Amino acid sequence: MATTDAATADAAVTRFEDHYAELSRQRQRRFWLFAALFTLALLFSVNVSNFLPEPLASGLPRIGDYIYDTLPVLDPALLFADTRTEGSVAYWYFNLPKYLSLLFTTINMAIFATMLGAAGALLLCFAASRNLMRNSAIYFLCRRFLEFCRAVPEVVFALIFVYAFGVGPAAGVLAIAIHSAGALGKLFSEVNENASNGPIEGVRAAGGTWFDEMRYGVLPQVWPNFLSYIWLRLEINIRAAGIIGFVGGGGIGAELYYVISFNYVEEVSAIVILIILTVTLVDLVSERLRHRAIGKENLV
Amino acid sequence: MTALTDAEIRNRFPTLFDDGLAARARRLAPWAIAFVYILFCFWLFDISLQKLVTGLDRMWIVVRQMVVWQGFWTWDFQSIFHGLLETLAMAFLGTVLASLLAVPLGFLAARNIVRFGFLRHTVRRFLDILRGVDQLIWALMYVRAMGLGPLAGVLAIATSDTGTLAKVYSEAIENVDKKQMEGVKATGASPLQLYRFGAIPQLMPVFLSLSLYWFESNTRSATILGIVGAGGIGLQLSERMRANLWDQAAFIILVILVTVAIIDTLSRIIRERFIGKRDL
Repeated sequence: MATTDAATADAAVTRFEDHYAELSRQRQRRFWLFAALFTLALLFSVNVSNFLPEPLASGLPRIGDYIYDTLPVLDPALLFADTRTEGSVAYWYFNLPKYLSLLFTTINMAIFATMLGAAGALLLCFAASRNLMRNSAIYFLCRRFLEFCRAVPEVVFALIFVYAFGVGPAAGVLAIAIHSAGALGKLFSEVNENASNGPIEGVRAAGGTWFDEMRYGVLPQVWPNFLSYIWLRLEINIRAAGIIGFVGGGGIGAELYYVISFNYVEEVSAIVILIILTVTLVDLVSERLRHRAIGKENLV
Repeated sequence: MTALTDAEIRNRFPTLFDDGLAARARRLAPWAIAFVYILFCFWLFDISLQKLVTGLDRMWIVVRQMVVWQGFWTWDFQSIFHGLLETLAMAFLGTVLASLLAVPLGFLAARNIVRFGFLRHTVRRFLDILRGVDQLIWALMYVRAMGLGPLAGVLAIATSDTGTLAKVYSEAIENVDKKQMEGVKATGASPLQLYRFGAIPQLMPVFLSLSLYWFESNTRSATILGIVGAGGIGLQLSERMRANLWDQAAFIILVILVTVAIIDTLSRIIRERFIGKRDL
């Protein structure tokens, strides 16, 4: 009896060990397969993008030089001197009024584009929600349209609009608005799909049309979520508005593109620092606001 | 009991039908503010009705040319698809470089690894700067410093993504499960072994998954880097748009959309099958 027990135990152990070895072999095979694919992709990328020691050795120091060049020459003794003295902050930021007015335009571009985008998303999101739209052709069309708006980058839209509407903030606003409509529309319709059916049925029972159902049945449920998404989008759009000027979309990006192209090196750092400050400030303010809103909700 | 007439209901619940001037004003105020703001924006951005009409006219030309493809077989497909490969290579190499740089920086920025506050905060502010400057601005500066081409694009992606990836890596490191490390410690492991067998096996899948995610997002953003001269399909696209070859531009946009969709699907498959589903 004892020997058979030992034999079955032995068999079990062997079976276990065989299985373990098989699994680790499988794991190893998979690892080497991925390693080989990864190496292949890496070699290919290095080759295509010319990421070779020689151009890097000659190029990387130039980046250091360039960044060093953009830093202003500040003289501690003359730091607070007037605009004409080289080495003062005022000399570095001599163009500040212009920058500030451009920043103002940029922020308003972002706000206006967010408004337009949110309006577009609001119009389409109900028709793009599975549970609210029974006509699947309209649902399909709205979905695909929003997907298209979302998938094409703002800068590409901007290039088209610059051709149509000319260089300036209008083209940038439209480009950002369309991209935002796509991004927000998707988020909105996801919120809609989680909306409770009760209020909708109530409105329908009272004789409401489809639009009444959306306006009085769905919107009051989802509006707080919509607002928080719109707010998030505004933060993203302020960043986008800062660079849309590179392709002619107006705002501070146009000025940055200009000073980089014409090698006004000290102004590059001046503008980049202003953009970073603005983005950071907006992040901080919006975080404060969000915490306050959450706090209020918790009190109720 | 007789049914109430409308007038009687009105009399009984006056606020249901008319809640007073103040309430109505409060309801209308946001719309009024929005309206005034829109007018202000029209003025600020110099948008006029005439401009809109001529713009829409030109828009119509663009859309028509985008739909009607002329001389399809004579297009320069070789440079278009080479541009596409360049874009993919830029995204891949940029993400790999950023991931490599982000590992040490992520450890340095993690609260539970570096207890010395000054060092951690310095690293974090440095990462904030890398992240705060947009990828397109980095690309423009690299193009200025190193010349046109995909190399500038690779470095731009690597720079801005080092900032983002190091931040999310450090968050993953801060969320490491202590129990596994304690278990390894209990076997008498040295500090180095502690991290090798206690922390790395937890972190590796998260890191890989995050990097894959960023590769996905980089294939999107790399398409526009070419517009400022950093190589890839963006260069092909912007060249054709500036030459008003809208049909070819539409084709390139389609190619980009299809490629991005394929990359999304592939990386989702990889993530689900080999790394395991997890919330990021």
